[in-house]
Amino acid sequence: MFVLAEGVTAPVVHPGSADGVLSLVWLVIALPALGAAVLLVGAPLAKGRLDRSGHLIGAALPVVSFLVSLVMFFSLLGRGSGSRQVSQHLFTWFEVGGLHVGFDLLYDPLSALFLLLITGVGSLIHIYSIGYMEHDARRRRFFGYLNLFVAAMLALVLSANYLGLFLGWEGVGLASYLLIGFWQYKPSAAAAAKKAFIVNRVGDIGLSLGIGLFFVTFGTTDFSTISAAAPRASEGTMTALGLLLLLAACGKSAQVPLQSWLLDAMEGPTPVSALIHAATMVTAGVYLIVRSNFIFDYAPHARTVVVIVATVTLLYGAIIGCAKDDIKKALAGSTMSQIGYMMLGAGLGIAGYPFAIFHLLTHGFFKANMFLGAGSVMHGMDDDVDMRHYGTLRKAMPVTFITFAMGYLAIIGFPGFSGFWSKDRIIEVALTQNWLVGALAMVGAGITGFYMTRLMLMTFFTENRWKDGLHPHESPSVMTVPLMVLAALSALGGLMLAGNWIVDFLSPVTGDPAHENPPLPSLVISLIVVLIVGVGVATAWFLVGKRDVPREAPQDVSFATRAARAELYGNEINDGLVVGPGGRLVGGLTTMDRHGVDGVVEGGALAIGGVGSVLRRAQNGFVRSYALSVLLGALLVVLALLAVNAA
Amino acid sequence: MTPYVVLSAIVFSIGVVGVLTRRNALVVFMCVELMLNASNLALVAFAKQNGNLDGQIAAFFVMVVAAAEVVVGLAIIMTIFRTRRSASVDDASLLKY
Repeated sequence: MFVLAEGVTAPVVHPGSADGVLSLVWLVIALPALGAAVLLVGAPLAKGRLDRSGHLIGAALPVVSFLVSLVMFFSLLGRGSGSRQVSQHLFTWFEVGGLHVGFDLLYDPLSALFLLLITGVGSLIHIYSIGYMEHDARRRRFFGYLNLFVAAMLALVLSANYLGLFLGWEGVGLASYLLIGFWQYKPSAAAAAKKAFIVNRVGDIGLSLGIGLFFVTFGTTDFSTISAAAPRASEGTMTALGLLLLLAACGKSAQVPLQSWLLDAMEGPTPVSALIHAATMVTAGVYLIVRSNFIFDYAPHARTVVVIVATVTLLYGAIIGCAKDDIKKALAGSTMSQIGYMMLGAGLGIAGYPFAIFHLLTHGFFKANMFLGAGSVMHGMDDDVDMRHYGTLRKAMPVTFITFAMGYLAIIGFPGFSGFWSKDRIIEVALTQNWLVGALAMVGAGITGFYMTRLMLMTFFTENRWKDGLHPHESPSVMTVPLMVLAALSALGGLMLAGNWIVDFLSPVTGDPAHENPPLPSLVISLIVVLIVGVGVATAWFLVGKRDVPREAPQDVSFATRAARAELYGNEINDGLVVGPGGRLVGGLTTMDRHGVDGVVEGGALAIGGVGSVLRRAQNGFVRSYALSVLLGALLVVLALLAVNAA
Repeated sequence: MTPYVVLSAIVFSIGVVGVLTRRNALVVFMCVELMLNASNLALVAFAKQNGNLDGQIAAFFVMVVAAAEVVVGLAIIMTIFRTRRSASVDDASLLKY
């Protein structure tokens, strides 16, 4: 794969001190953290007085964070491109032995973009949730958990070392668990929350071991020290670190083999799906890999594995999305696939990092747009998620339809929309390095066209399949205004690539790519991709749009459809490989504990009791037998004395 | 010397057999006295053999202890006899499992 050219080193993280308006960077984390503390810890102490207005506080704080992030971003733009990395030391977290860990914040172009995404899209989703969760009794808690999530995610992207990142990493995992299982009374939601947390934990093993390896190899977990020392480290260590970080990223970003939790996570409320499982938390894995570019640049084998995992996942998610009738699960499969594209970009090295981040941002726009749109549709359809009960909704919910359509056009890569620019760039870089990977990415784009068109047709077109007595209507403006903002961003997000701006903006962080020409001109590649997507769209039109959509899912379908409905048997594989043997191991250990360990202890007691009950028969109450035993004992003593004296 | 020790052994054995086989508590007591006297005899015989008075002094101690023991023992037997109307050793067998 792509190896660094002679004499080229990955950029070293060398931040200056945060001054001026950039010294407010701690405020961005502190505001949502304060909101979470007030709404979750303080509000019960206020005995219910905050229950009516808590959601407004919860929605306002991320907006303020966004404004601060925006001001800081413009300040960053005002500086020259050489001085755009700043850090702020908050406090020393702990110091033990030779390990000194501080809670330091690093603000550079990469974290600046993430800050805008998290606080911007986060604020829109908070505002949307005011309407969506209006009738929920536990609304205050919901906003508290959302604020907790935003604070943890900001801590993740702003941290200047891996331990602070890990803190944020675990924090978003916790928030995800709390939010997926928000409707606690539903057993399916509780199980989905547990599943998400446990599968994430498997990935966290990678990050924990990686942090340990960082400490052993470099003596620290700071990005700046590690990036400076990286060229001198051994390739074996770098490959090990890369693979461990990839494991962590797979868990958080739902890549194969740790992908099984994402579709179940749709049990949570739709704003949660939009914020956490589309725009931000699941992209944390991609952030980790791009941020660790100074590791991956020196570990080409690890990058190869990243590319393989990414390619497998982008096809896996796309195939799942083709057969799901639940609108949220179809979008979740789509998310899995699009994150596969981002990971592909990240695995392609210096040339791919900026496009991975670019696709991350555009995906944040259009996927959040579509999830919120799905929530709007569900709101009008009495919380029914089955697309087989939809149809003709474009007339009943026009604003939702138009905004959803913007997101749809972006994700399939319609020329001009944001997704077109970002996805095509990744495909181009992939083709430059390996034609097979590039071809598979193109096939994935075609499948994306198919299943997204299927979703649009089943929801907004085709015939009316509504339940009796249902009159869907447009959602209130507190829900449609965020949709409109996100739709505009989905359409216009491609402007970030105008004049190669985003590549130049991120190059101090990700490095200058060696200029390799793609095998075909960019225009030809884009044309081929558009054609393949067109084939996918046309297939969906003929298979779904032209025929009648059955109200019940047909049972006699091809093996491929059955496999896609069963999520390519991912859960069965997990059960067979991990859950089953794990359960048997635990059963064996329990039996060993109950019968073995307890048996030894209780058996010893029983044995002694048995011996005792045999021996006590000597206490028969007859004096004469006692006298006999005294005589025998005395005899023994005499004989022993004789024996000793004779010897 | 030997005949005295042999006699002492014989008397001791008679006393042991009596303790083990007789049922009447008083007879058992008498046999215990027999054993004590046998050991007295052995002590005196060995004192004569060694030519000093240690054994004879020990015999005095044994006699005093025997006398004290008889006092206590007879008192116990009489108390048991008063409440149970039986002096048989086999009848007082309540201290069992």
